Amino acid sequence: MAKALSKETHLAMYQKMSLIKQNDDQIQFEMKTGKLMMPYYSARGQEVIPSAVSVNLNPDDYLVTIYRGIHDSVAKGLPLKDLWAELAGRDTGTCKGKGGPMHITHPETGVMVTTGIVGSGIPIATGLALSSFYKKDGKVTVTNFGDGASNIGAFHEGLNLASVWKLPVVFICANNRYAEHTAYEMGTACDTIAERAASYNMPGVRVDGNDPEAMHAVAKEAIDRARNGGGPTLIEAMTFRFCGHNIGDDSHYIPAEEMAAAKEADPLPRYRQWLQNQGFATDEELTAMEANIAEEIKAAKEYAYSCDFPGVEELKRDVYAYDLA
Amino acid sequence: MTAKMTMLEAINLGIKDAMAADESVILFGEDVADEQGGGVVKATAGLSTAFGERVRSTPISEQGFVGAGVGAAIGGMRPVVEVMMANFLAVCMDQIVNHAAKIRFMSGGQTAVPMTIRTMSGAGFQTGGQHTDWTEAWFAHTPGMKVVMPSNPADAYGLIRGCIEDDDPCLFQESMPLYWVPGEAPVQGNVIRLGEANIVKEGTDVTLITYGRGVADSMAVAQKMAADGVNAEVIDLRTISPLDNDTILNSVAKTRRAVVVHEAVRSFGVGAEISSRIHEQLFSDLKAPVQRVASSDCPTPFCKPLEDAFLYSQAEIEHAIKATLD
Ligand SMILES: Cc1ncc(C[n+]2csc(CCOP(=O)(O)OP(=O)(O)O)c2C)c(N)n1
Ligand SMILES: [Mg+2]
Repeated sequence: MAKALSKETHLAMYQKMSLIKQNDDQIQFEMKTGKLMMPYYSARGQEVIPSAVSVNLNPDDYLVTIYRGIHDSVAKGLPLKDLWAELAGRDTGTCKGKGGPMHITHPETGVMVTTGIVGSGIPIATGLALSSFYKKDGKVTVTNFGDGASNIGAFHEGLNLASVWKLPVVFICANNRYAEHTAYEMGTACDTIAERAASYNMPGVRVDGNDPEAMHAVAKEAIDRARNGGGPTLIEAMTFRFCGHNIGDDSHYIPAEEMAAAKEADPLPRYRQWLQNQGFATDEELTAMEANIAEEIKAAKEYAYSCDFPGVEELKRDVYAYDLA
Repeated sequence: MTAKMTMLEAINLGIKDAMAADESVILFGEDVADEQGGGVVKATAGLSTAFGERVRSTPISEQGFVGAGVGAAIGGMRPVVEVMMANFLAVCMDQIVNHAAKIRFMSGGQTAVPMTIRTMSGAGFQTGGQHTDWTEAWFAHTPGMKVVMPSNPADAYGLIRGCIEDDDPCLFQESMPLYWVPGEAPVQGNVIRLGEANIVKEGTDVTLITYGRGVADSMAVAQKMAADGVNAEVIDLRTISPLDNDTILNSVAKTRRAVVVHEAVRSFGVGAEISSRIHEQLFSDLKAPVQRVASSDCPTPFCKPLEDAFLYSQAEIEHAIKATLD
């Protein structure tokens, strides 16, 4: 049995969850009003996973994530102003407006790679962990991906390599039951993704990714194992995405009852109520916390829009280590 | 009034007619069946309903299902495989470059891969560096592969049928910005043979050689400059590899000036190959060096102002034409 979590840890997780949700709401709002023009893959419904993982990470631990990964980066500590400036394509953004939402990168907070290619982050995470092995820097690399990604070669090669070399990396699969419009069973031959770990001789754990305590326990064990030289772990975190694959997707391929049941079990209000029942916080305290987050997002948004777009000279910069003529 | 159709509808119809005409034509790719929505842009809508298990949605396994296309083709099928976006071709490059393209040669002609790979790309939607690359030069540089890019709905129909009927592996690269532009509807059953370019507009002063999205832009500039007395000939390559040398060289022998236009980045691109062939054959006839108009040599940037600056423009086409006239 894992030790009961402290009130502080619970509130830290809730703080991240609320931040992720409110940030998602605001991004969707700005897209609807046409102020943000970008591809966007909402993680609404999946807030628990990165919140429970990241309270177990050090600020300099590494993260490799995917197009549906802004929540992972925000939970890791990515400054909102830098994020919003990037989403708005401004030169003060994390990537000077050149990468966009699918390629958020912020090494200061350990956000090392965001990829738009399914599965490709997995071997890269293995490589970051390899660099930690050589440098003996004590860092753990965490990488997030979806259920569909476990059907691509890069997943299998990356896991095998990480296990053979016993590297400090944690593979976190957010199983939201769909890959674009393809239901899990249509594309995946095994019943669980966790069982795939057996082929690579590493622990594979399936957990309710919408249960903060359970998710925290599994993540802590895996991160501790990685940090202590015990090698990689595959975590399959069961969850659901409420807003389809991307903005504009009407989720027609998801049975209405399945969507309704998932939304009914929305982890956010449930956890909020649970915190109050436990006496960890009052409604007023949580409301105040949420209001602070809202202010922070508002400030980030205003800052982003006040910044300039990058100049055309940026086309010749960063292609190589030196500027092109 | 002639009937109108979008390129998406034309591609859908072309595949449908090819499947009806030949039972060995099968189709697979991510989300292509109707249960998954008939493809991300609905290019394959209705086909699984019409043809049952000859149409399959796949897992996200490009190496797996493109490789399966190679094997099925060797086994006598004519697979049409959809790789959702051109950038994802990088994931299955081995199956295409080391296998599909080379198997006929390496087997001494005993086995072949009559497979069509459909994919799409195109900048302008702020989708950034991993969703907008043009890969025609990657594959044109691979002997054994054919590379096709349609510029309008009627050609898209004829060319997808041409690819499916062709006995060698073809990459059929579609331009996203052209998908919903209506054009003249195809004549059903009209198959366009690969390797034949189309002279879209005849002219005497300069030859614009282009394909895909570049055709509409080149035509717009040609029309604009006609008012200034410049009579440009516009060639739509349709097939990039094998290149229609005769049409290009005959035209440039007449106009003695040439500009190549493509959305793909400039360096080591299709424009370089065409320019080189013209210089090799017509050096002493040319009145000016061949000009290239292309996108900037960098990954596609995300933000709008940079994406616009990255993309080639009609103004650059005009400028290049003027450079050949000076
Ligand atoms: C190699 C590759 N193939 C296809 C795609 C298109 N694509 C983007 S996301 C996605 C679905 C991924 O599903 P999953 O791994 O379950 O993650 P989720 O989106 O559900 O979070 C697909 C097919 C891609 N980006 N990369
Ligand atoms: Mg999924």
